[in-house]
Amino acid sequence: MRSEPRVPVRLQEQESGWPRAAVETVRREWLIAFRNRQDLMNPLVFFVLIVSLFPLGVSPEPEFLRQAGPGIVWVAALLSILLSLNLLFRNDYADGHLEQWVLSPQPLALLALARVAAVWVTTVLPLVLLVPVLAVMLHLSPGTGLVLVLTLLVGTPVLVLVGAIGAALTVSLRGSGVLLVLIMTPFYVPVLIFGTGAVTAAVEGASITGHLALLGAMLSLAVVLAPLAIAGALRISVSNG
Amino acid sequence: MWQWFHKLGSPKWFFGIAGRLMPWLGWSALIVLTAGVVWGLLFAPADYQQGDSYRIIFIHVPSAYLGQSLYVAMAVAGVVGLVWRMKMADTFIASATAVGAAMTFLALLTGAVWGKPTWGTWWVWDARLTSMLLLLFLYLGVMALRGAMEDPDVRARASAILVIVGVVNIPIIKYSVEWWNTLHQPATIKVTEAPSMPASMWVPLLICLLGFHLLVAWLILWRMRNDILLRERRARWVRDWVLAQ
Repeated sequence: MRSEPRVPVRLQEQESGWPRAAVETVRREWLIAFRNRQDLMNPLVFFVLIVSLFPLGVSPEPEFLRQAGPGIVWVAALLSILLSLNLLFRNDYADGHLEQWVLSPQPLALLALARVAAVWVTTVLPLVLLVPVLAVMLHLSPGTGLVLVLTLLVGTPVLVLVGAIGAALTVSLRGSGVLLVLIMTPFYVPVLIFGTGAVTAAVEGASITGHLALLGAMLSLAVVLAPLAIAGALRISVSNG
Repeated sequence: MWQWFHKLGSPKWFFGIAGRLMPWLGWSALIVLTAGVVWGLLFAPADYQQGDSYRIIFIHVPSAYLGQSLYVAMAVAGVVGLVWRMKMADTFIASATAVGAAMTFLALLTGAVWGKPTWGTWWVWDARLTSMLLLLFLYLGVMALRGAMEDPDVRARASAILVIVGVVNIPIIKYSVEWWNTLHQPATIKVTEAPSMPASMWVPLLICLLGFHLLVAWLILWRMRNDILLRERRARWVRDWVLAQ
């Protein structure tokens, strides 16, 4: 069981309190995260493990790794995000926190967005920061590694936002880990395509702005629409209990 | 118009009207499909390039078309179900998911069978093949989510949300896969489009398309009636109907 800090989350304040509610949501998430440091480590270790399986399982040849490296890193990031998203709302659902969210006068979509943003900073950003090290191990050139980090910075928020819809839909179900992967992976395909596409373009010396612009377009679409779907899904899951 | 719309919310009314429609749909599907398939397989001229192997088009195109359009129909039903809380909308989603998945699978299967003689391979990571494969995964995801949920009301609303999120994503997935293919490599094998088919080919294709629509409508109504009986099994009219059989 995670230790829950006593943070005064004044969710029940009047409606004008929504900026404060958003800030408090982020603060609470970070406090919980930093008091359970092992939970922060797990996705990172998983990520590095998956990446290191490919040289062992396929080929350690630098030529192969240079070619497949960006795709391996993207797929590993995608999987470790899906794995950690399974826990996104789990504890809040178990201890009744989600019900307070739904009952509060604050817009649920905004709270969800704040929550997703906080989770991205605590669990995905460290993973992206680790990529330069992995890029060296996969024999990627410094420029390629930089582009890879850039695409991950724009692309992973989309993965977290879209995946959170699935996490909200499945939070009330027991053993929903595989289910979440099953439901959400098709939605991750466009991000994967343009993320790796940008790196391939950079390797070939082509411009990457097109790919990045498309990733950015997906990000803005997800920021606007996904919180609404997350909020709707959370309402359904809470009414299930 | 609105009265009709309200009646659609009543399982009993829908059950009756579907029961009256089904024989018409079933028999016309049988007749139209037989006519279209016999015409297409036996009497339509062979392709000058592909010979007789192209004839699988009479199954392939209708199933691919329906696999895609059923998902959109499910999303429309999802919106109706979320907005008006109409029971029949969820019954439709429940019934159409399996039929849509079957159609998509049939399209992939016939595509593979067609690909072997024309392209020399069962499978290519072509944009259209890949997006159909992803569509199949979307259907399977809806089925998996529905299978994991027990409460009918929660299941209805959750799958409606998933289907709507899916339909927003379908164009994004479709275009990204298309651009991915054109960006990655110059197409080594292209889906040879049938340019300007002669009427002796597209008329039977159109008939097959109509026949598939009738067949799918019949299948879905059949599954919807079963679903209604299961859901309303405690209602008096269901008991009366079952006893009358």
